[in-house]
Amino acid sequence: MPHVHPSCSLTDVARIDLDLAHSYAANPQRDTDYALRPMKMSFEDGGAYALLGPSGCGKTTMLNIISGLLAPSQGTVRFNGVEVTLRSPQDRNIAQVFQFPVVYDTMTVAENLAFPLRNRGVASARIAARVGQIAELLDLNPQLDRRAAGLSADAKQRISLGRGLVREDVSAVLFDEPLTVIDPQLKWQLRRKLKQIHAELKLTLIYVTHDQVEALTFADQIVVMMQGRAVQTGSASELYERPAHPFVGYFIGSPGMNFLPARAEAMSDAWTIAEQRVTVDEAMRSASGSEQQFTLGVRPEYVAIAQPHAAGAICAQVTQVQDIGTYLLLSARVGEGEHSAIVRARLHAESTTPAIGEQVWLSVVNAQSCVYVDDRLTERVEAAAR
Amino acid sequence: MKPVNQKAWWLILPVVLCVAFSAVLPLMTVVNYSVQDIISPERRVFVGTEWFAAVLRDPDLHAALLRQVIYSVCVLLVEVPLGIALALSMPAKGWRSSLVLVTVAMSLLIPWNVVGTIWQIFGRTDIGLLGATLVKMGVDYNYAGHAGDAWATVLLMDVWHWTPLVALLCFAGLRAIPDAYYQAARIDGASKLAVFRFIQLPKLRDVLMIAVLLRFMDSFMIYTEPFVLTGGGPGNATTFLSQYLTQKAVGQFDLGPAAAFSLIYFLLILLLCFVLYQWMQRVGHEQGQDPMPDGANG
Repeated sequence: MPHVHPSCSLTDVARIDLDLAHSYAANPQRDTDYALRPMKMSFEDGGAYALLGPSGCGKTTMLNIISGLLAPSQGTVRFNGVEVTLRSPQDRNIAQVFQFPVVYDTMTVAENLAFPLRNRGVASARIAARVGQIAELLDLNPQLDRRAAGLSADAKQRISLGRGLVREDVSAVLFDEPLTVIDPQLKWQLRRKLKQIHAELKLTLIYVTHDQVEALTFADQIVVMMQGRAVQTGSASELYERPAHPFVGYFIGSPGMNFLPARAEAMSDAWTIAEQRVTVDEAMRSASGSEQQFTLGVRPEYVAIAQPHAAGAICAQVTQVQDIGTYLLLSARVGEGEHSAIVRARLHAESTTPAIGEQVWLSVVNAQSCVYVDDRLTERVEAAAR
Repeated sequence: MKPVNQKAWWLILPVVLCVAFSAVLPLMTVVNYSVQDIISPERRVFVGTEWFAAVLRDPDLHAALLRQVIYSVCVLLVEVPLGIALALSMPAKGWRSSLVLVTVAMSLLIPWNVVGTIWQIFGRTDIGLLGATLVKMGVDYNYAGHAGDAWATVLLMDVWHWTPLVALLCFAGLRAIPDAYYQAARIDGASKLAVFRFIQLPKLRDVLMIAVLLRFMDSFMIYTEPFVLTGGGPGNATTFLSQYLTQKAVGQFDLGPAAAFSLIYFLLILLLCFVLYQWMQRVGHEQGQDPMPDGANG
């Protein structure tokens, strides 16, 4: 039925502001009762965002709240400042693509693509033009007149994508792990397609995934989520170089960041890292400040083999050396008993391979190391990083 | 050539024996009767296909067959849409769902002849709730006297008895549709009618096929309920094929014609089911079958 939607007033909207919390329980008491803990979050117009996190961290909940499939139990959702918290998905200028392809079995591919427009009473000439454009964009032209049901999973998912993109009033498209069912080879193609669509149509894209490669290659801004909280929002390199929370360091990168317990002593030029005394230069020492106990984080890429007793290096015993092809992954044990920790290092493939059981010195304190106090990254003196 | 191990035959022997004694032998007896004229238990004459020819020319049989076809079509036309509507309106979860499921399934637990008796009393114009109420309202209702009333009552009884089966099958089919379809439909701005037309109905295709076949076969062989309720009357108004067969075989003891008729009846049901199945399969095929089950849900 053709009727004017309130969404028309939102046509050029794209900035999305969330200030909310959500709980599936009726009476949330503890933090763990919340699927989304109280948070503020903004998505800028035309940005490509990824929501990254393990299963059950609240990514899909956040997506469904943005699209209007779910109303947050408290707080508001604003599109360009206009509150839309209780508006239905139909009344929002937003499209959503789901994990498993949803196609209308009895319709042809063209009818599938036209469906969201037809429901909104768009003129048929306009529908035909839009369907043509979208089919072109997604390489669906050869199949336009075929029944959607008989197609392969990736073609079906392209139809789902197409239904999301076909509306002209859409200013944000939400993807809920849309490439799960797609073959790895096609995954790359479709992801590239999405990047291309983003560049051409300047839509806000929000992409939920638990795959860091997918998030890092797709998005300009990545929101890392954990247990209903957004722990860090930033570009791929920010997340990589300066994880704001140990979870980010651990979750992003393969293998994740190394973490070592450390202690700073007043009036000393050294830290105690995993029960070893390590000389540290002054700029680095200022990062830990006067905090006694902290956690030192360093990426395996920035761990290098050092001279014995070099500044910033600790002594460790090699437990494993894996040849990953382009690099060697060295695992070494620092300390003994309950205080021991494993440090991983990515070494050049050409470098001489230490034998298992051998003692090596690994430089863990350098310009790329991060200092965490109470699970928060401390501000560092920038001079030290350069 | 490699010697073939034939031991597997022993494994299917029990099934072969069971089927032989339960289906093949009785059927062969019927075939045997159908080609003989049994004058007395001692005297029988081989008559070839004479009974078949006679049965096929029997105008009473034609009338019964026509009634039967109209009846089955009516049953399907009423029960399938009604069953779908019922399934759509049933609550999906919680204790209400369980309660409704049990209530709906109740009529399926009642034996056929009891169903006939219930409706016989229900429809009586002196003490029956339905019959007496209609008569009090001034309707000239009498299922034992008017052909139309008898028809309506038999049909109503079947609808009451078997619509729940269609509803339960459809309910199960509806529950198997992943949530993502409904969510996508909301995003696409689909109306309730469009959700039914483009999501629910296509996804119900398989269970509907089972429901239609079951209801068709059952209604085509209906015997007990009209036998108890109307006894095939008034006149021959509700004499369906089974009833006609029983009259011939048991009532008149015409074993030869009855056996020929049985075989024709059997082949007719087989043929109609085959045609129906093929047709429904093709409807599905034109719509393209899903190679991947949609059960996976995220």
